[in-house]
Amino acid sequence: MQHDDLIWQVIKNNHCSYMCKITTGSFCRNVYNVTGICNRSSCPLANSRYATIRDHDGVFYLYMKTIERAHKPNELWERVKLPRNYEKAIETIDKHLEFWPKLLIHKIKQRLTKMTQCRIRMRKLELKVREKIMTVPRKEKKREARREEKAEKAAVLDKSIETELLERLKKGVYGDIYNYPVEAYNNILEMEGLQPTAVEEEEEEEEAEIEYVEGYDGLEEEEDMEDFDGFMNDEGLMGNDEGGMYEDDEEADPLEQQIAKKLRPSYGSKSQKTDSHYSVKKPNRKGRVIIEVEEEGEPKQKTLLLN
Amino acid sequence: MGGWVKRKSAGSDHDDDVDGKPKGKKIKKDKTLPSMIKNKEKRSEVYSKLKREKRIEKRKQAKAREVAIQRALELGEEPPQKSVPRTIENTREVDETICRPDDEEVMIVLSPDVMLFAANNADEFSGILKQEIIPKILITTNRFNSTRGPALCDELVSVIPNAHFYKRGTYELKKIVEYAKNKDFTSIIVVHTNRREPDAMLIIGLPDGPTAHFKLSNLILRKDIKNHGNPTSHKPELVLNNFTTTIGHRVGRMIQSLFHQDPNFRGRRVVTFHNQRDFIFFRHHRYIFETKEQKVNPKEKAAKDSKSKNLPQQKVIARLQECGPRFTLKLRTLQNGTFDTQGGEYEWVHKSDMDTSRRRFFL
Repeated sequence: MQHDDLIWQVIKNNHCSYMCKITTGSFCRNVYNVTGICNRSSCPLANSRYATIRDHDGVFYLYMKTIERAHKPNELWERVKLPRNYEKAIETIDKHLEFWPKLLIHKIKQRLTKMTQCRIRMRKLELKVREKIMTVPRKEKKREARREEKAEKAAVLDKSIETELLERLKKGVYGDIYNYPVEAYNNILEMEGLQPTAVEEEEEEEEAEIEYVEGYDGLEEEEDMEDFDGFMNDEGLMGNDEGGMYEDDEEADPLEQQIAKKLRPSYGSKSQKTDSHYSVKKPNRKGRVIIEVEEEGEPKQKTLLLN
Repeated sequence: MGGWVKRKSAGSDHDDDVDGKPKGKKIKKDKTLPSMIKNKEKRSEVYSKLKREKRIEKRKQAKAREVAIQRALELGEEPPQKSVPRTIENTREVDETICRPDDEEVMIVLSPDVMLFAANNADEFSGILKQEIIPKILITTNRFNSTRGPALCDELVSVIPNAHFYKRGTYELKKIVEYAKNKDFTSIIVVHTNRREPDAMLIIGLPDGPTAHFKLSNLILRKDIKNHGNPTSHKPELVLNNFTTTIGHRVGRMIQSLFHQDPNFRGRRVVTFHNQRDFIFFRHHRYIFETKEQKVNPKEKAAKDSKSKNLPQQKVIARLQECGPRFTLKLRTLQNGTFDTQGGEYEWVHKSDMDTSRRRFFL
């Protein structure tokens, strides 16, 4: 015989394995529970006449249990498939649970409503693009972090960037923006006899070359991505080009050094300056370069005259 | 007792016989490994002795080397060759796809190596890299982002010329790709945030360009860098280091296609993507060249430059000032075509069993 009250009295005080208590209340984890709350009226164990709605693969089923089958736990729950249409499902419920307590019918209908809403939402979400959360094992994360640190130390970044820039400078990618490296033309000074070409022609060539060299070298420079092992430095060419120019340096060495010194502070402070400052400096610098060359030209001419 | 101890420590060769290894047989290790001794005290003793001996050996070798160098400098002028230390880069596993620098330029098809480069002519970036198209970048974040994501995007906008930041609404990425195609963008960068920190970056080339998914780490924004500089709006130079294999080449060209191909050298801005052991380090600097006076050091300079006599040597150095953000990227997947995780064709996917060998790198 079924003694609902007795059952309830036994299990209500923490003796039910489906009960879980949290701060806000106690809940029932039993799958056949209509509301999900641990209550005298909602407990499927303590009510011999009970019904629920459960969903299987998007199809809703109405489960019913009556006291006549209480001794046959195998066939306890009777299952009825509910139609997809919400209104029709309500009618089906009314038909099956016609003479059942009103409270239970009400709760079942509420549950049906909630479940249909959930189903609609799930189907909408399936169509949308969602981000999938993947977990990465902690071991891998740590390993990656370790390797990254070591790689950063192995790549001495500042040094490698500086060497790359200096290589580009030596290759002549920057054209005539900077003074040529001094040791390069120290070497060249000692090399084969330099032809004293007319300095003025050299000046014009230099100015004309600025535009040409920049554009062309920009292309070249962007295409190479790794260090060139077998790049041939055209020292002969460089020597000829600069020969005329730097002949002056031999004679006007102190003058050139003075000019270099003048330039140095402006270079040094450049990095700290802001945009506006820099833009102001820019036309001056260009003007300065031209002035330099002319000054160098003068002593040369003077010496020629004297000779 | 003392005799007992002596016998054991002095006679590791005895142990050899006891262990059954015949003395006549030449094996690499004549002594027993410390790990084969079961007694902890004894084992630690043997091990410490071994270490001591090794250290002494090492010191002796170092001293011998130094003496040899000194002697060579005094007598002739040929210091003995310095031995090259073994590094991971030296001992990297050989990869067939590493493009060797035999070939100079792209056009000539001479050897099988150059064929690799020749393929570059027809890839998706060739249009931009030949300066036919000007790159235009769309930068956005993922949905539900926090402040760090947009902060990084703002800094990226200042680094990359012609970049535009658009707020991500709740648009699907595929729709964003279409929108960008209509507006003639050449690339999309999506910065993905997780737990309030940017942790991934997607670079999508357009139209139907490859999609590269990177893991972002170690992000330091400009304001957090000490003595940072402010970047100007000149077009930056690009430095791409160590992209050797075919995949590396492809990724390198992809990065190259983000930037303008005509850098303004007067601006003296350089953006660096340096690949080391599959980690791509991003740096953004302003640089200047300076000449530094160095006194002639007769020992060093005599070897190099016998011609220059007592001229004060002037060395050119480059100085860098960091500006802009700093982060590291690691390639996770490279997919042909625009972003399509399900239907797309992947060129390269990082799997965890690629990490088993410490000497194998893919970029």
